[in-house]
Amino acid sequence: MKPWILLLLLSLSISSNLAFQSDELLITDDEEFGLEGGRPSSPSPQIPSRSTRKRSSDSESDSRVQFALEHAFGDSSEFSVAGTFTARLKTSPHGGQTLTKLRFSRNDLTSTEKEKFKKLLENDDYYKIRLPSDVLNAPGRDYVISSVKARCLPSNGLDEHILIHMEGVNVLAVNYGAPGACQYPRQLKLPTKWSFNSHTVLKHSELAPRTPIFSEDIGGGEIGDDEGVKPMVERSFWAKYWMYLVPLGLIVMNAVTQGLNMPEEQASGQTGQTQQAVGAAPRGQGAAVRRR
Amino acid sequence: MAMAIKLSLILLLCLSSLLAPSFSLFEDQVGLMDWHQRYIGKVKHAVFHTQKAGRKRVLVSTEENVIASLDLRRGEIFWRHVLGPNDVVDKIDIALGKYVITLSSEGSILRAWNLPDGQMVWESFLSGSKYSKALLTVPSNLKVDLDSPIFVYSGGCLHAISSIDGEYLWKKDFAIESSVDVHQLILSGGSDVVHAVGVTDSSQFDTYEIDVKNGGLLKHTSASFPGGVYGEILPVSGDRFVVLDASRSVVLLITVNNGATHLQQTHVSDLIHGSSENTVILPSKLSGIFSLRTDSCIVFVKVTDEGKLNVMEKVDKTVVVSDALALSEGEQAFALVQQGDSKIELSVRLVHDMSSNHLKETVKMDHERGFVHKIFINNYVRTDRSHGFRALIVMEDHSLLLLQQGEIVWTRDDGLASVIDVTTSELPVEKIGVSVAKVEHSLFEWLKGHMLKLKGTLMLATPDEVAAIQQIRLQSSQKNKMTRDHNGFRKLLILLTRAGKLYALHTGNGRVVWSTLLQSLRTTSQQQCAGLKLRQWQVPHHHALDNNPSVLVVGRCGLSLTSPSALSIVDAYTGKELQNLGPAEHSTVQVITLPFRDSTEQQLHLLIDADKRAHLYPTTPEAASIFQRESENVYWYSVESEAGILRGYGVKKTHSSEYSFEARNLWSIVFPAESEKIIATVTRKPNEVVHTQAKVIADEDVMYKYISKNMVFVATVSPKASGPIGSATPDESVLVVYLIDTVTGRILHRMTHLGSQGPVHAVLSENWVVYHYFNLRAHRYEMSVIEIYDQSRAENKDVLKLIVGKHNLTTPVSSYSRPEVTTKSQSYFFTHSVKAISVSSTAKGITSKHLLIGTIGDQVLALDKRFVDPRRSLNPTQAEKEEGLLPLTDALPIIPQSYVTHAFKVEGLRGIETIPAKLESTSLVFAYGVDLFYTRIAPSKTYDSLTEDFNYALLLLTIVALVIAIFVTWVLSERKDLQDKWR
Repeated sequence: MKPWILLLLLSLSISSNLAFQSDELLITDDEEFGLEGGRPSSPSPQIPSRSTRKRSSDSESDSRVQFALEHAFGDSSEFSVAGTFTARLKTSPHGGQTLTKLRFSRNDLTSTEKEKFKKLLENDDYYKIRLPSDVLNAPGRDYVISSVKARCLPSNGLDEHILIHMEGVNVLAVNYGAPGACQYPRQLKLPTKWSFNSHTVLKHSELAPRTPIFSEDIGGGEIGDDEGVKPMVERSFWAKYWMYLVPLGLIVMNAVTQGLNMPEEQASGQTGQTQQAVGAAPRGQGAAVRRR
Repeated sequence: MAMAIKLSLILLLCLSSLLAPSFSLFEDQVGLMDWHQRYIGKVKHAVFHTQKAGRKRVLVSTEENVIASLDLRRGEIFWRHVLGPNDVVDKIDIALGKYVITLSSEGSILRAWNLPDGQMVWESFLSGSKYSKALLTVPSNLKVDLDSPIFVYSGGCLHAISSIDGEYLWKKDFAIESSVDVHQLILSGGSDVVHAVGVTDSSQFDTYEIDVKNGGLLKHTSASFPGGVYGEILPVSGDRFVVLDASRSVVLLITVNNGATHLQQTHVSDLIHGSSENTVILPSKLSGIFSLRTDSCIVFVKVTDEGKLNVMEKVDKTVVVSDALALSEGEQAFALVQQGDSKIELSVRLVHDMSSNHLKETVKMDHERGFVHKIFINNYVRTDRSHGFRALIVMEDHSLLLLQQGEIVWTRDDGLASVIDVTTSELPVEKIGVSVAKVEHSLFEWLKGHMLKLKGTLMLATPDEVAAIQQIRLQSSQKNKMTRDHNGFRKLLILLTRAGKLYALHTGNGRVVWSTLLQSLRTTSQQQCAGLKLRQWQVPHHHALDNNPSVLVVGRCGLSLTSPSALSIVDAYTGKELQNLGPAEHSTVQVITLPFRDSTEQQLHLLIDADKRAHLYPTTPEAASIFQRESENVYWYSVESEAGILRGYGVKKTHSSEYSFEARNLWSIVFPAESEKIIATVTRKPNEVVHTQAKVIADEDVMYKYISKNMVFVATVSPKASGPIGSATPDESVLVVYLIDTVTGRILHRMTHLGSQGPVHAVLSENWVVYHYFNLRAHRYEMSVIEIYDQSRAENKDVLKLIVGKHNLTTPVSSYSRPEVTTKSQSYFFTHSVKAISVSSTAKGITSKHLLIGTIGDQVLALDKRFVDPRRSLNPTQAEKEEGLLPLTDALPIIPQSYVTHAFKVEGLRGIETIPAKLESTSLVFAYGVDLFYTRIAPSKTYDSLTEDFNYALLLLTIVALVIAIFVTWVLSERKDLQDKWR
């Protein structure tokens, strides 16, 4: 509990100048939570069952939602159920509904489906999936369709990556494909294992960064002046007057060395003195000349 | 001294340009590389003002909502006002001999403009209770001292308004008592009664007599006819009216006599022997005569005093009839125009003497102007005291001509006020082999010009010579040549207008090189055709240099989306219609230019019809085979704005016929109807060139731009906020922007702007998108930028890897790979609202970009892309400063010098087109609306060329002087050496 509050506070402090509403932050937090929960989902049916048990102990306001993923092989075939998504419907106090904790369980491919898939691979054709655009009263206005060249999917097994863009309880779009790259000259490669290895991610819209407002600068001249003065104060004495201090120091040093050398020169005679006069202010040079 | 001032000025300019690059130009440089043309659009109404001594003028209102005062002698614009796109001009008239009265916005705004200078004198807003036709009656009383009111019928009410100051005098609401629909307002001269004639429930005829002084109802008569009416009631004489019945086969003559209304029915077939389909009464008001038009002819019918209908004359149905013009002796004249082959016949007749032509003239007419659509006549007194007539005619191509004494006095190509689409064409290559005399002549001219310029530079030129220099600069024959130039500045701008006419304009001075009225797009009585798109069809490059380039024009014949399309291919050098492929049997919703060409350099095009079938053009076996080969990788998408659905398509492998293909739906994005509504979609320009994929940022790091031609920017708002600004509160308006890959339907980026709403104007280029919207919370317009970078290539920073070749820069990119992208975005306030937004484009894409923003003031503002960089921070580090990153500000600066339109306005600005020149530094800009404007811009200054007015003579002179100096000093030094040696 404690680190969670800390996190919240931290995020609040980071974005305090943006003045977000706190509940919005909660949603984004939850979304990330759901996102993390969704990622390691696997075809094993145990996980959803376990999560349901856990959920029953959760608050009563949340309810479970199920919706089906349907797939089709190429143009000719009809859509059929390929798996089910289960998620928790979370109702925020403002009336907005969001899905969290998405789980996905995929049905195993039947032998006819395997055959169809093989055919797709041979023809380099499209494997299509679809989701209802409204998860509460499916299919909503229309289905959300996505498709991928079937040859992109096989690696060891069949790797798929489902990215669902949500807006409340509406599915905006689903992006379907291989989790990694799909090299362009697509090679025909049959999977060794005919089971899907699914990765699902739920994504919500992110907020645009606020326009920076320098209203103080525009509004009052005094504040602007204050800000202008501050850096001046911060600059040290040395930083400000070095250009005067350095020559001064040089002159002083020169004078000192001259003062020190005075007795010596008096001894060395006239030539030394003239040379000293010709030699420029730097002490080192003067010394060198003297040595000569 | 002057030199010193100039020098300091230049220095100052350089300094200021360092701070904020702009293209400010000197006053004497205006018109050197830019031109501006002013138009008004297709004329709807025209009122002549020739009574008084002084300038003769004609006042017009047009379909582009322009009101203008034109010089009747030369056709130039004295003044003009462009009303907003929603402020449609209904009526125009002159009051008191000094005010122009306009009624606009369905009769809700009445304005008076000062006739000589076009200043607005007063403006009145009229409120009505229901929608109705707008009528305007201005008393023709010319006595200035008398304040005779203006009568306006609009919104079911009759308003009387003082013509001096626009004050309300009284208002009579007809909608209270009955639902009468007033068709005519008649003000009989001298009397204090205004007659309103109308129809109630299309079955009862009503006349009202209303007191001019206070709006009191004096008399009301009505008579019912069960048959119903079609169209408008037309007054024939003071107490007689005609109207067609609902079946359009019976003419009703209505006589109002002492409060009693008498109806008389006459069958049209009795008047016109033969077919009488689609009968209409023409709205020309002629005393005692009305004209009927049927499918076959036009008849003039005289109404005798006894109420008999006599057919006076039968003319061809293509004849255009003008309104009646009152001549001095109380008689009326009107004009008829008959269309002939490459000529038109204008005849003027007097109403009381229909049997003979008062005046008959034949005028030669360019058949590229099409048919006569409208005619307005005006009379003048000839030197022999007889009546002379001049006629203003509006042609099918929207041009305006003045005819007088059988000649065209002036023409205006006002079709150019309604440009739909723009493309360009290269000019022909210059032929080798020019005569020596010509070269010598041009050499002499060249030298003379430079000597003059030299004089000018050295301030030795006399005022005459200065004028000559200016003349040379403006009329440099170089820029107006009809051949290709080295820098690629000379091009043909090919414009498709709403009238279905194609114009080719030379970029040098904007003159019309050729114009063609496309036969496939001509509106006939059966169908209404309009142009849709203009594309480059054939751009000869390597294989087919002998061919002229050509353009493809796609149009639609009919009003619905499923109407058949019309296609034609037009030669870009001559304007000849090479091929007329229309009307095709399919409709066209989308035109896709494929990146494939056949052996004759014809560009392959896909036309998508309303049933989502793709049709391939050109229909040649070669094109079909090319397409078959590539059909696997052809994708397109459609935006269903009403439904809020984006769908992506590919081509089905099984196809029905050789040149038409079935589409298959590959992806779809469904925007929730209750929260999002599509308001803008923008794609990259297909011909855009990106020079480098990588962007080196301050700390020697490299970022790879995500460059995909298949990216679309979509903006949606909440449905409540789709109205005008202010219709929704900040809490209920949300703007969501998307970057979507159109091959897979993948949403690359999605971002929400809370409390913001449209209208959204956006431009997508390279890896960034800049869009403009309104922020309701800040009460200001904003511009946001999103830059999208590819992360999957980020590892390529290692130089060693690059040397060894272990990088993935050359591997083909597939849309089916999951992209790893990051985005950066930032918002800035922007003062102006925006009409259009575009970006400069150069040949190789090396030059930095400028955003070209069409502001609400109809000017084009150039804004450096660096100002809308998302990486701007408050205190940029030294390295970032060196990179050219500007410190963060909350608003984008508007530097007055960076208006590329400088002193001009492109009235009614609709679009800004940028065309790359061959010279990398330069981009050609063409802005169009009611006006046209063209200029060249160099976003990073012309670093790769000397300016056109560079003084070569001065350079030569300097070199010669230096050589002489070297020689002289050499001789001198030799002599000195010798003297030294002899010493």
